[in-house]
Amino acid sequence: MAISGRVWKYGDNIDTDAIVPARHLNISDPDQLAAHCMEDWDASFVSGVRPGDIIVAGSNFGCGSSREHAPVAIKASGISCVIAATFARIFFRNAINIGLPILECPEAAAAIEAGETVEVDLAAGTIRRVATGDVYQSTAYPPFMLDLINAGGLVEYTRRRLHAGQSDE
Amino acid sequence: MTRSMSKPMQPMTMAQKILAAHADRPAVQVGELIDVRADMVLANDITAPLAIIEFAKLGVDRVFDQDRIALVPDHFAPNKDIKSAEQCKMMREFAKKYGIHNYFEVGRMGIEHALLPEQGLVLPGDVVVGADSHTCTYGAVGAFATGMGSTDIAVAMATGRAWMRVPATTRFVYSGTLQPWVGGKDLILHTIGLIGVEGARYQAMEFAGPAIDALSIDGRLTMANMAIEAGAKAGLFHVDATTEAYVKPRAQRAYQAYASDPHATYDRVIEIDASKIEPQISFPHLPSNARGLSQVGDVSIDQAVIGSCTNGRWSDLVQTAEVLRGRQVHPDVRCIIIPGTQAIYLRAVQEGLAQVFVEAGAVFSTPTCGPCLGGYMGVLAAGERCISTTNRNFLGRMGHVESEVYLAGPAIAAASAVLGRIGGPEEL
Ligand code: SF4
Repeated sequence: MAISGRVWKYGDNIDTDAIVPARHLNISDPDQLAAHCMEDWDASFVSGVRPGDIIVAGSNFGCGSSREHAPVAIKASGISCVIAATFARIFFRNAINIGLPILECPEAAAAIEAGETVEVDLAAGTIRRVATGDVYQSTAYPPFMLDLINAGGLVEYTRRRLHAGQSDE
Repeated sequence: MTRSMSKPMQPMTMAQKILAAHADRPAVQVGELIDVRADMVLANDITAPLAIIEFAKLGVDRVFDQDRIALVPDHFAPNKDIKSAEQCKMMREFAKKYGIHNYFEVGRMGIEHALLPEQGLVLPGDVVVGADSHTCTYGAVGAFATGMGSTDIAVAMATGRAWMRVPATTRFVYSGTLQPWVGGKDLILHTIGLIGVEGARYQAMEFAGPAIDALSIDGRLTMANMAIEAGAKAGLFHVDATTEAYVKPRAQRAYQAYASDPHATYDRVIEIDASKIEPQISFPHLPSNARGLSQVGDVSIDQAVIGSCTNGRWSDLVQTAEVLRGRQVHPDVRCIIIPGTQAIYLRAVQEGLAQVFVEAGAVFSTPTCGPCLGGYMGVLAAGERCISTTNRNFLGRMGHVESEVYLAGPAIAAASAVLGRIGGPEEL
């Protein structure tokens, strides 16, 4: 799956309160959540984000609460992929579980700048800066996670396993 | 190749042992992806609605075990607005439909991480998965407990299982005797200050040493609660006489304690002289910005919040009352005290603490997360400063993006409420 998009660049420790402020947690609808994505941190994000855009951030992206609202809001706002030096643990599994592609790559996170265009090849785990041609390699997903991603997320993966052997699909 | 003699078992950490037992395996290696059984599955009024939507997509007609799911309306409950009311209603109806016994209605509930240990629902040796990052609190009673997202919890409610990567463990050894007014909160703030907000990312933190042996169960719950603030997957304490005294009378089922082997492999062992730690305050906007009280300087405050899953337990209220008894909250300060559970609330009324709080000019509320996550009951305006016994001081966490939260233990928060600036009981 090839992804290409314009970059929104953020620093270290972007927490889940920055991604979706807690005052909006009485909402579960993805599109309504997207309307508040990053609003306290970067007021220009919601009005400026275009489908396919990519977030590039520093270390510990998504730290803080377990709220799945955070990756849900990012995905619903049109972001195609998040690249960070490192991700917080719960954010990492939430993103995988809901099918938001994320890549850990400290070198790419340090080099890439706001506004530039990057291409991502998820299967190969490569990140390419279009302007310079530089290519970065991120760590590959273990097979179990690839299965999960290929199934479209944890729910579909589990549903298939639960109903395996039944012919009523 | 055949082996004539069986290899001796590799020593394991407590985290490895609990996970191995729940994966029905003799041993597990650090870094392995495994599928584990969960003894308890938790969600709240914020995370349950998303989980319920995902649960419906699984195409199952029952939950895995009606006794092993806990649903607690605590974040925006008693309902703070219409949207919250809808979310609580959705959770309540789900609990009824699937016959979930551990649904705690308003008036019988508490903040989830204060309530579940108190009710004997999370026990030594358990694996607990919760759609709340502070699920790690239950490590205080020797459970491997970790926060996950709503999708994970939807699947766990259906199957009783979750995928996990076996974490490495960093062991923290605390020596020495604690100074007056220093407790679990100060130890953990100091530790996070030392290693940073991702200092234990993806790891289990194991807390040990003489200062931990002497620490109350409430103090341990406070410490384990904040393991996530260092990025950890779990924060673990060994089961000792203190744990047994707490757990035995309330346990609702049998349990088994696990301890790390003497030669278990740790990622790091960090030794901390706890006798040198003074009361800690974490400055905005990260829990790792911890400083000793003597390094704070003159910081005036508009509000003090005492409560939350970190410090809303009985001993926290006792300490607060000790400081507030016969004193008055500063005229420019709102002091908001929130007990963790109904049982703590009742005891505070029976033993006269409620009277101390109200006479001091403080708010004393029913259990709720309330202001901790900027929900209600004490949201901050632009430019306002709050000292709080909660666990997060992120930008905008308690209200306006231009407000500030300083984290501390209950004694410092209560003394600051009286002083009108951040300070300790010794200054009163
Ligand atoms: S008290 Fe605060 S940290 Fe604890 S569960 Fe509630 S919102 Fe989360």
